[in-house]
Amino acid sequence: MSEDLHGAVAAGVLGTEENYRALLRSIVEVARAIFKAKASSIFLLDLPSDELVFEAVAGEGSESLVGRRFPSSTGIAGFVLVSRQPLVIEDVLADPRFSHETAESTGFVPKGLMAVPLLHEESVLGVLEVLDRPTEARFTLAEMELLGLFANQAAIALDLLQRARRAQSTLAGDGELAVLARLAARLEARGEQEDGSMEKALRLLEALENVL
Amino acid sequence: MTEEPLPAWSLSADAVERIALPEAWPGRITRDWAWGGATGAGVRVCVLDSGVETNHPDVGEVQESIAISLDGDNVIVEDHDQAGDLCGHGTACAGVIRSLAPECHLASVRVLGAGFTGSGAILLEGLRWAVEQGYDVINMSLSTTKQKFASLLHELADSAYFRRTMLVASAHNMPVESYPWRFSSVISVGSHELSDPFAYYYNPAPPVEFFARGVDVEVPWSGGGRLVCTGNSFATPHIAGVAALIISKHRELTPFQLKSVLYLTASNVGDET
Repeated sequence: MSEDLHGAVAAGVLGTEENYRALLRSIVEVARAIFKAKASSIFLLDLPSDELVFEAVAGEGSESLVGRRFPSSTGIAGFVLVSRQPLVIEDVLADPRFSHETAESTGFVPKGLMAVPLLHEESVLGVLEVLDRPTEARFTLAEMELLGLFANQAAIALDLLQRARRAQSTLAGDGELAVLARLAARLEARGEQEDGSMEKALRLLEALENVL
Repeated sequence: MTEEPLPAWSLSADAVERIALPEAWPGRITRDWAWGGATGAGVRVCVLDSGVETNHPDVGEVQESIAISLDGDNVIVEDHDQAGDLCGHGTACAGVIRSLAPECHLASVRVLGAGFTGSGAILLEGLRWAVEQGYDVINMSLSTTKQKFASLLHELADSAYFRRTMLVASAHNMPVESYPWRFSSVISVGSHELSDPFAYYYNPAPPVEFFARGVDVEVPWSGGGRLVCTGNSFATPHIAGVAALIISKHRELTPFQLKSVLYLTASNVGDET
């Protein structure tokens, strides 16, 4: 309850979804650049539908993939999500069935991919994938650690995005807390006017607080 | 072993002879003593994973294919699972085990594929079922981060340990709390970068206890093909395979003794360096 309340008030004051989406995009772009990869994506686990959803994409596949969904426990991303274990796979082209599956979920046929779970506290929020790093270089455990660092950053950003969405839905909804969110939004708007209405509204709220 | 029950909770003077261990441990444990000539024959190894593709050239026959699912609170055990491998990962783990212990009995227990929701509970029930079957080795390249499963998994891991089932589990290579690999009753495995499948290292700074081959490993994948993979997921079956070899030669070993043999034969211990 208290988290929803904070979220409702925060949502009234801040329109944050776009900021966090930009942060996710920035993470996949940096991951792609650091690993010299063709593409990188972040999938969010959508619990109500039990599906993985493309949330951010850099490189090949690009924005047309955002919003695409697939099952949460099959394929590589699904395995990584459920097992909490990062995987790096090369020579994907050697396996037609595998190529087909990855093509469906990436928009092109990669030669290799790295997939890592996005863990925040005890929850797994999604999966980060990096596709087609140069294969002439042998994979190293140092790269695996680097991938883990990106995953940590992406998980924090995904957590913030989900909080922002929950807050926004509270604001937009007709639940009992929505009025608080709307109130916070109105107060924020009033703060910019100099007709004294903000001061009156705050006095009224103080009186309400005393009653409660 | 004697026919009388062995003393379990205390050791009376007249029972001392009854726990005399038949195995004469040499002064120095060598790899030749531990598994020289062994094939894994007679050892039952369970792969708790995404299923295993049967008759893949690198895997061969899979003696048991079981699927675990949940219908509400009811656990459903499908004895003849026809779904194969829903990801490819279980086939990869089974292939690594068979490459080291070619004659071991392989049981695939599939705990994946029914969606993310409920996957933690299915994992737990799959492990419970596998422990009840008394497999000699359970390969678990999976973990959960959910605290609510930690104490139940801990009980199961201890129960396996006391029933002579060696649970071999993938460690995390990220600083997160996940289970069951952190429990001392299991063997936890991380990766090293060497290409020798028999190179494994004891880690003097646990919780990760052993490092095995986990980088650029060529493994079988579902669909009859092969892929080159990296991850602790693939290091784990290397230790499970060596464990199967050791048990096939020394049936009497308990998980504690097995772990000790792995330590004494590790690449960084004693003369094996």
